[in-house]
Amino acid sequence: MFYREAGDFKTSYAADNQTFPIAFDRYRYWVVLAIAFLVMPFIINDYWANALLIPFLIYAIAAIGLNILTGYCGQVSLGTGAFMAVGAYSCYKLMTAFPDVSILIHVVLAGGITAMVGAAFGLPSLRIKGFYLAVATLAAQFFLVWLFNKVPWFYNNSASGQISAPERFVFGVPVTGANTDAWAVYLVCLVFVTGSAIIARNMTRGSMGRKWMAIRDMDIAAEIIGVNPLRAKLSAFAVSSFFVGISGALFFSVYLGAVEVGEVFGINKSFLVLFMVIIGGLGSIFGSFAGAAFIVCLPVVLKLIGVDLFGWPPDLVAHFNLIIVGLLIMFFLIKEPHGLAQLWRVAKEKLRLWPFPH
Amino acid sequence: MNETATPQMQDQTLEDYTTADGRKIGGVMMDLKSITLRFGGLIAINDISFNIRQGEIRAIIGPNGAGKSSMLNVISGFYQPQEGEVWFMGKKRPTMRPYKVARQGIARTFQNIALFEGMTVLDNIMTGRLNFMKTGWVAQSIWLGSAKKEETINRQKVEEIIDFLEIQTIRKTPVGRLPYGLKKRVELARALAAEPNLLLLDEPMAGMNVEEKEDMSRFILDVNDEFGTTIALIEHDMGVVMDLSDRVVVMDYGKKIGDGTPDEVRNNQEVIEAYLGVSHD
Repeated sequence: MFYREAGDFKTSYAADNQTFPIAFDRYRYWVVLAIAFLVMPFIINDYWANALLIPFLIYAIAAIGLNILTGYCGQVSLGTGAFMAVGAYSCYKLMTAFPDVSILIHVVLAGGITAMVGAAFGLPSLRIKGFYLAVATLAAQFFLVWLFNKVPWFYNNSASGQISAPERFVFGVPVTGANTDAWAVYLVCLVFVTGSAIIARNMTRGSMGRKWMAIRDMDIAAEIIGVNPLRAKLSAFAVSSFFVGISGALFFSVYLGAVEVGEVFGINKSFLVLFMVIIGGLGSIFGSFAGAAFIVCLPVVLKLIGVDLFGWPPDLVAHFNLIIVGLLIMFFLIKEPHGLAQLWRVAKEKLRLWPFPH
Repeated sequence: MNETATPQMQDQTLEDYTTADGRKIGGVMMDLKSITLRFGGLIAINDISFNIRQGEIRAIIGPNGAGKSSMLNVISGFYQPQEGEVWFMGKKRPTMRPYKVARQGIARTFQNIALFEGMTVLDNIMTGRLNFMKTGWVAQSIWLGSAKKEETINRQKVEEIIDFLEIQTIRKTPVGRLPYGLKKRVELARALAAEPNLLLLDEPMAGMNVEEKEDMSRFILDVNDEFGTTIALIEHDMGVVMDLSDRVVVMDYGKKIGDGTPDEVRNNQEVIEAYLGVSHD
């Protein structure tokens, strides 16, 4: 009975404009944050952190990034993996060039560098749309991966061609390298996720977000209302790449520790993040989280059920995972292009009237 | 007929005057001089000149394919004419992109509604205020101070327009769910939110029933009266055009065949021929 807007009167436009207009949502938001920050670090263990929580948090940042570009601004991108690689390699170069600067600053700077690269690769969007733009970003995907393999400067001439993160500390606690604790890595990722989500939400609800959405829904009308298409599209590419770059930097530095670019940041990664956005919901920050959680959790859940419960061979379960994701992509594209977020919204609307639908 | 009619119509006095219902009509706001627009071999607009005066309601009429919408597209900067000059507010307008034209204070609606379907009514109308929102991206991303304040100020303006057009109840509804007539009204609201000097309406009453037309006519008159907005509109419903407009331009096959007050145009032989047809024997 407490989950409804009835009786929750807004007396100012600012109050009407807040992120969670329903009081219950606001309280829940704070409760979730409190649990994530104050409870989880104490109960976390290595398995759950590495299998679920940390990849979920990092992919959520990437999904937020891609969602800004594809969900809010309507520009399809298949270059997410490459932009993550840009974030990872910038972070690596910064870490090795300036060992005394905090890793947190490096990660943010890596995001900034990726933003510039992303904006440059967004230039074709001024001329082409849809599938053709997707192909243009595909070119970015292959070109950047090739570049990071080809030019030894990017991996500091290491013999293996890999980049590996040196040990770095935040407040005296190691967060990269071999001797990290799960809770420290988790907290670093959590801080970045929270920051990214808040910034993304603020940008999408203000005039920037409206420009992006106007371009997405009808670019001609947007231009006639006074939106500069060049600036709107390039800013979407830049902001999107900023988040994707941060997620790439975190993926490399605190999660994997060592990266071979073709393997980790290949075209598969681009599709994986795109699937998260499609399943989670285009044009919704919550959807980015839902999609990331879904794609990260599915293999783990299937393994629990299939391998541990029924004793099926692991490769069969892995194939099941692919089949389910494929089917879901088709289902969502046909039935619900706005993904889990929209299903959640519809469920709320129906429940509000339940059991009298009219 | 043309030889006698046209010079007389061109010779319009440009002194300020007050209409019968007490609206003030000022000097020339937009002056289109010998506009010619071609698409390859097709001449969409052929050497057309007319002007729009401050505060008036100016109608552009003509049969299908006469080039009316192209004319509006020239005014809003969407098409660049091959020949001719566009003068706005006493200055010759250089070739410019539509978003810059919008910033000069020209807003428009479209023949086939061009709303942002994925956004709510409120967000759609708020896009009309984009040119008034100047906060940088840093302030927006942390949603502090200026961004929040600016949002509230512009929301206030938008709410005034929502009240004015009587669409309070659908404020938070996604536009995709609205019926046709309301969409037209929301589109008008979005154009009004830009506080334009010149408002271009491309068939604002197309596909409406009589009551909706009456509503829309009332809104158009109120906009003109209360905000002093100059309006140029394309409309096929002759009754509406004759009732609403101060002056009418008639186009046919890309040419101007008449220009003047509704009464003058109604009695123009060439206009009658264009609309009713004439036997060629």
